Amino acid sequence: MSEFSLYLLQQLINGLTIGSTYALIAIGYTMVYGIIGMINFAHGEIYMIGSYVTFIVIAGLLGMGMVSLPIILIIALVVAIFIASTYGWTVERVAYRPLRGSNRLIPLISAIGMSIFLQNFVVLAQGSRDVALPPQITGGWSFGDPSNFEVSVSYMQMMIFAATFVTMTVLTLFISRSRMGRACRACSEDLGMTNLLGIDTNKIIALTFIIGAALAAVAGLLLGLYYGVVNPFIGFIAGLKAFTAAVLGGIGSIPGAVLGGLLLGVTEAMTAAFFPAEYKDVVAFSLLVLILLVRPSGLLGKPEVEKV
Amino acid sequence: MSQLLLDVKNLTMRFGGLVAVNGVSLEVKDKEIVSVIGPNGAGKTTVFNCLSGFYIPTEGSVMLRGEQIAGLKDYQISRKGLVRTFQHVRLFAKMTVIENMLVAQHRHLNTGLLSGLLKTPDYKRKESEAMDRAAYWLKEVGLLEFANREAGNLSYGQQRRLEIARCMVTQPELLMLDEPAAGLNPNETKELDELIIKLRDEHEISILLIEHDMGLVMGISDRIYVIAQGTPLANGLPEEVKNHPDVIKAYLGEE
Repeated sequence: MSEFSLYLLQQLINGLTIGSTYALIAIGYTMVYGIIGMINFAHGEIYMIGSYVTFIVIAGLLGMGMVSLPIILIIALVVAIFIASTYGWTVERVAYRPLRGSNRLIPLISAIGMSIFLQNFVVLAQGSRDVALPPQITGGWSFGDPSNFEVSVSYMQMMIFAATFVTMTVLTLFISRSRMGRACRACSEDLGMTNLLGIDTNKIIALTFIIGAALAAVAGLLLGLYYGVVNPFIGFIAGLKAFTAAVLGGIGSIPGAVLGGLLLGVTEAMTAAFFPAEYKDVVAFSLLVLILLVRPSGLLGKPEVEKV
Repeated sequence: MSQLLLDVKNLTMRFGGLVAVNGVSLEVKDKEIVSVIGPNGAGKTTVFNCLSGFYIPTEGSVMLRGEQIAGLKDYQISRKGLVRTFQHVRLFAKMTVIENMLVAQHRHLNTGLLSGLLKTPDYKRKESEAMDRAAYWLKEVGLLEFANREAGNLSYGQQRRLEIARCMVTQPELLMLDEPAAGLNPNETKELDELIIKLRDEHEISILLIEHDMGLVMGISDRIYVIAQGTPLANGLPEEVKNHPDVIKAYLGEE
């Protein structure tokens, strides 16, 4: 293979890595939107909290002298999922549920408020400076001509692919096979009718927030380890990107969120390959505008039928 | 015994200054098909909405088996055995027919999340019971062969029947149908007729109907209530109602 195509391949791998974590966060946006039709702007902060918890747990366990990396990661994952889900559930209970049934704009404002609150809460609790963690997973696998151009896939990237794949598979099975997943789908089609059939829809909505938060926590762990740095503001930009991914794919559609995330990640990486890296957001968001001009409902979204 | 299943007295619903329903009383006994008819805008659907908990009536009482249900939430009323359909089809269109039937039984499958994940024997038994009930009712309405179709892909008449099956699987005592024949062709209407009579005769439930199709109403109703402009006009056996001068006037206008 030529040097150029190897270079493109490298960028594709990098793009898919970031894109799959966007997808994980985007699912949280899309599931909540699918059921209650609101954009949970505090979702990015849940991801940030997941990342922080990961760092704290890993640093703590390393400090306690634990050496087995897989065990440390599993403990960090479980704790991060648990704490992020608790935040996700609480945010819904405190800031959104009391406003249900009111004008659409009101929970949206509440969500923005919640986002600012959580960000500043973490600033106060953890400080506003970057917190760094030395790379835990090093090394990788590479191919190509070492003297010319070498494509490398780090073990960290492989872990991101594997973890994302497993998480998506579990989610898909849950939604398509389980009784609760069935109820989730029913809610997203017709919340009022589901309620009328005697299903406690508040419980299903809470469950949706918990699932979204758990996926954001997985993304928090993966991206935290990948970049090795967290600060209280990463949730904002990550949330914006994931939201973009969800809209790109068609908000309300889970496969759409995955497709949108991957597409956004690859677009960013490809832009960075040819232009100064600062342009990647410009191109990514131009792509969003372009797709929405042609297909306002997103790539896999169903056009919204005006209810009479 | 012929205890009253549903006893509505002096039901009144006002929206601001507009009186949509004014002093409507009606009774439904066990194993009875009762219809509510009236010209467009008479307040028939408002009556339904009051009975099923969508609106809280301004005045009046709604007793289901001697228990006051006016003011309860819609899902509480449906749990008490009074279920309804809507003028327009409200199926979960992207889910399969059988899934629609299973979602309706969600609450009866009262198992925890954990037992669902672990697939305990109790969970499996309840799932298979739900599946049996779903299959039974699909067979009753003639949709068993479409069990794995997406509900949205069924014909309109089939969707109507699936809605009734989805109601029946929750084992109600009183089924309220809001214009079930709207948009059906004569053949489908006849099938619907037969289904409604079968529900009364074989499954021993009561049905409260709102209907425009006079043919359907006259053919199957045990008793009929007529309302016009929110006010009760007449009630009685189909023949009595058909020949009632006020009813003729309301439907056909003054001479």
